[in-house]
Amino acid sequence: MSPLLQDSLQQALETVFMILLAPLVLGWVNQCRAWLQNRRGPGLLQPYRVLRKLFNKEPVLAHRASLLFRRAPYIQLGCIVLAASIVPSIATGAPLSPAADVIALVGLLALARVFLALAAMDVGTAFGSMGARREMLIAGLAEPALLMVFFTPALISGSTAFGVIVDRLALAEFQIYPGLAFAAVAFLMVLLAENARIPIDNPSTHLELTMIHEAMILEYSGRHLAVIEWAHALKLTVYLCIGIALFVPWGIAPAGHWSVMPLATLILVGKLFAGGAAIAVLETLSAKLRIFRAPEFLGTAFLLAVLAMLIHFLLGT
Amino acid sequence: MPVTQQLINLCASLLLLIAFAMLTQRRLLSLINLFAMQGAVLAANTAVVAFSTGQEHLYWSAGLTIALKVIAMPLILHRLIDRLELRTDQETLINIPSTLLLGIGLVVFAFNLALPISQLAGTITRSSLGIAMASVLLSFLMLITRRKAVPQVIGFLSMENGLFLAATSATYGMPMVVELGIALDVLVGTFIFGIFFFQIRETFDSLDIHHLEKLKER
Amino acid sequence: MELILVLGLPLLGGVILAALGHRERAPEINVAMSLATFAASALLTWRVFRDGPLLFFDKMFFVDSFNVFLVTLTAFVGFTTSLFSRPYMRVERDRGKLTPARLRLYHSVYQGFMFTMLLALLTNNLGILWVAMEAATLTTVLLVSLYRTPESLEAAWKYFILCGVGIAQALFGTILVYFAAESVLGSGGTALLWTELNAVKSQLEPTVLGLAFVFLLVGYGTKVGLVPLHNWLPDAHAEGPTPISAVLSGLLLNVALYAIVRNKVLVDGALATNLAGKLMMGFGLATALTAVFFFSRQSDVKRLFAYSSIEHMGLVTFGFGMGGPVGTFAALLHMTVHSLTKSAIFFTVGHATQKSGTQRIDGIRGLIDTNPTIGWGLMLGTLAILGMPPFGVFASEFLLLTTAMRVEPWATPILLVALAVGFASMLAKVQPMVFGDTTARRLPHPPALIPVFLHLALVLLLGLVVPPALANWYRAAAALIG
Repeated sequence: MSPLLQDSLQQALETVFMILLAPLVLGWVNQCRAWLQNRRGPGLLQPYRVLRKLFNKEPVLAHRASLLFRRAPYIQLGCIVLAASIVPSIATGAPLSPAADVIALVGLLALARVFLALAAMDVGTAFGSMGARREMLIAGLAEPALLMVFFTPALISGSTAFGVIVDRLALAEFQIYPGLAFAAVAFLMVLLAENARIPIDNPSTHLELTMIHEAMILEYSGRHLAVIEWAHALKLTVYLCIGIALFVPWGIAPAGHWSVMPLATLILVGKLFAGGAAIAVLETLSAKLRIFRAPEFLGTAFLLAVLAMLIHFLLGT
Repeated sequence: MPVTQQLINLCASLLLLIAFAMLTQRRLLSLINLFAMQGAVLAANTAVVAFSTGQEHLYWSAGLTIALKVIAMPLILHRLIDRLELRTDQETLINIPSTLLLGIGLVVFAFNLALPISQLAGTITRSSLGIAMASVLLSFLMLITRRKAVPQVIGFLSMENGLFLAATSATYGMPMVVELGIALDVLVGTFIFGIFFFQIRETFDSLDIHHLEKLKER
Repeated sequence: MELILVLGLPLLGGVILAALGHRERAPEINVAMSLATFAASALLTWRVFRDGPLLFFDKMFFVDSFNVFLVTLTAFVGFTTSLFSRPYMRVERDRGKLTPARLRLYHSVYQGFMFTMLLALLTNNLGILWVAMEAATLTTVLLVSLYRTPESLEAAWKYFILCGVGIAQALFGTILVYFAAESVLGSGGTALLWTELNAVKSQLEPTVLGLAFVFLLVGYGTKVGLVPLHNWLPDAHAEGPTPISAVLSGLLLNVALYAIVRNKVLVDGALATNLAGKLMMGFGLATALTAVFFFSRQSDVKRLFAYSSIEHMGLVTFGFGMGGPVGTFAALLHMTVHSLTKSAIFFTVGHATQKSGTQRIDGIRGLIDTNPTIGWGLMLGTLAILGMPPFGVFASEFLLLTTAMRVEPWATPILLVALAVGFASMLAKVQPMVFGDTTARRLPHPPALIPVFLHLALVLLLGLVVPPALANWYRAAAALIG
């Protein structure tokens, strides 16, 4: 097999693996939360059961639902699948990695969010517009923070291509970068905000007035809802993989090393579960913020990321 | 960079992070705990510098810092707010995101100011001079954007922490006799602050600084 | 030996008065300790006069002609203020404004404050200088809030916060000086000794010392009352007890300026440019000019004279900034006569406010009629501080002006405007207080007017003829300062 074919196969396998793993990660996070709250919990495979149920149901659409409303879930899933294939979670050096720029990644995630918000406003319900407004407020503050967070590792490794960053950070000798530590904290805050986790949004709330993400998808049902839920789980997994790739990159296989792939996959699963448990702990310890405190939260994340960059400049020279 | 140098950089950055976090805190208990953490980080930094440069008197300095800033002063402050029964959130004069933006501006300013001096320094810790100045300025910002007395005092005390870091980073600390004098001053100052709070509370029934703005050219 | 006495007597006095300060005889103990301190400082002065600059205790303490005359002045004004505070505080206690317990605090902290100022003047270690200045702030804070009224608490809080922040800047400046010194003198205690630094000042790194001086000027300048950092001064003077206003104006401001000038000597030696001098001139002129425009807005007599202190410290700062033998001589003379005159004024004002029961200017009238000595004391004191000949202030201001005309001509119009505006505004305020219909009543304890006239007589003497010993002294100090 030619190297290009090999790499493409590797990339495809990676992406499929991520798509299949995503609901399990979400299930793990929910199960950890249940254990911490002294409940038995619905089991690790619950998200799969939910997806199966939803795929078997017929979607119910409003009269005024347009083409955008019907297609938006697939567009969102497509963007996030593309993002998943760009992030070097198991190995670097896949065929798509020259296009794997961190800034492009942020753009992809933004595209997914834009379509979802448009779809929420499409049917014209009050909750949909409210959810879309709030989501855009959070996004408007979280996206600059995410970009700033990416800048510090980019400065350290001298490139914005994701594969190059991971290679340089993983293979360089171990050094405590205070800038990276601050960027990691900022990234964690952005992760919680973007994935609709406490303290920004409660994923298990049923009170519509407190919803941000859930309010946008109130009108969806059947297979459309299934696709959206899958995309949501995949987004969480992608964010976790980004965090792992930037801040704990040891164990990611370098390009072309086929033999190390199973080990790298195992290490990745381990790190994902550790990250998921950490998120569950953070969610249990915090309370949901009032909506107009959310800008403070994200402002802190943004400025922490800026501080990380400044410190890197000062201490690196 | 050797490990000790990395640890020193990490400690200095943590100090700056804590000074930054103090700007965002509304609750009094978290402010005092952050102040205690800042003292602990400072002591750790001094100890690492002492270890890597072999300056014995810095161990004493680190011990003094722990005794004073991690144990004694937070204890005094906790007892103060217990007896004054302060529980409510402390609102700031300008909202928190603007304060943070101002803070970042001050950090950039401090880093620029410290750059020529740290290039002249011969110590291994010279890069922390900019961080020390930034912490001082951030504490000063906290001092002037708070309405109640106790956060102002904590800002004042954390400014002294930043100055201590500056001394350690530029010159491996001041001579022992001066450090003892400074420690004594800080301790006495805290006591006097405590006395003050009671007097203010007695007179105004509140620790809101706006009550203390009535003196003008009448 | 004399040094131990000069420093130890106030400390001992503080301890004794901490135990006995609430007794009936406490003010007499205060006077006795202050007199002893003054005697010891006179002895120290005579020793320096005879033997030249002295180093004590392994170079920790340094006495030369610059600080020894300040030491004597401090001890003298401390003594006369304690004489004044004897009847004054008794009246305050009888009127119920103070309890014996608070008087105990007052007396013991008063002696403690003397100790911190003398320590600041006599130490050779710049770090200890900082510690003593901070300690002086801490002691006076408690004294300013002595009456526990809302206004006095506000004044004391403002004082604490502003001067605390200022002192922190000064600490950073001191750290920078130590940093520059370390590379030349090595680490350890010797790098902060002023005598050692003075010997090697040309080798110290210019950029660092320049930055250090800016921080030191801002930091210690807050305690001197330089504009724009002067906000605490009028409030602290107005709301604290009058003896404290007297020592704040007469002594603490001087000591803070002394700290700046000591550091300026080092900075001038290290820098090729006249940065320190220019900064001091700029701040001094701004201070003098701004302060006089506040005179006419004052309705409280102690605030009025507090702004006058700010104006005069501005003039002295300007004088030190100009430098040169005549400029520095004028500044030193001005420091002396201002201390003596301002404290005399505060003594009379204190008695006047007690007689009228108010600090407001429009509540005090016709002092000449009820108590001619107080009335004349206030009138003469005001004329003295405004620079009327033949008082000493005229001599020093004249010297400052003529030097400015020669060396820095651009400053002369500003100085003249400041002096003229100050003269007119203050005289307009004080004149109705002294003359006019009266509302005052007799005081239960006879006022202590000897200090007032003693001070004014000294100022008159200094205006007419500066004794040759003193003049030589000033010249020697001026030469030291450069």
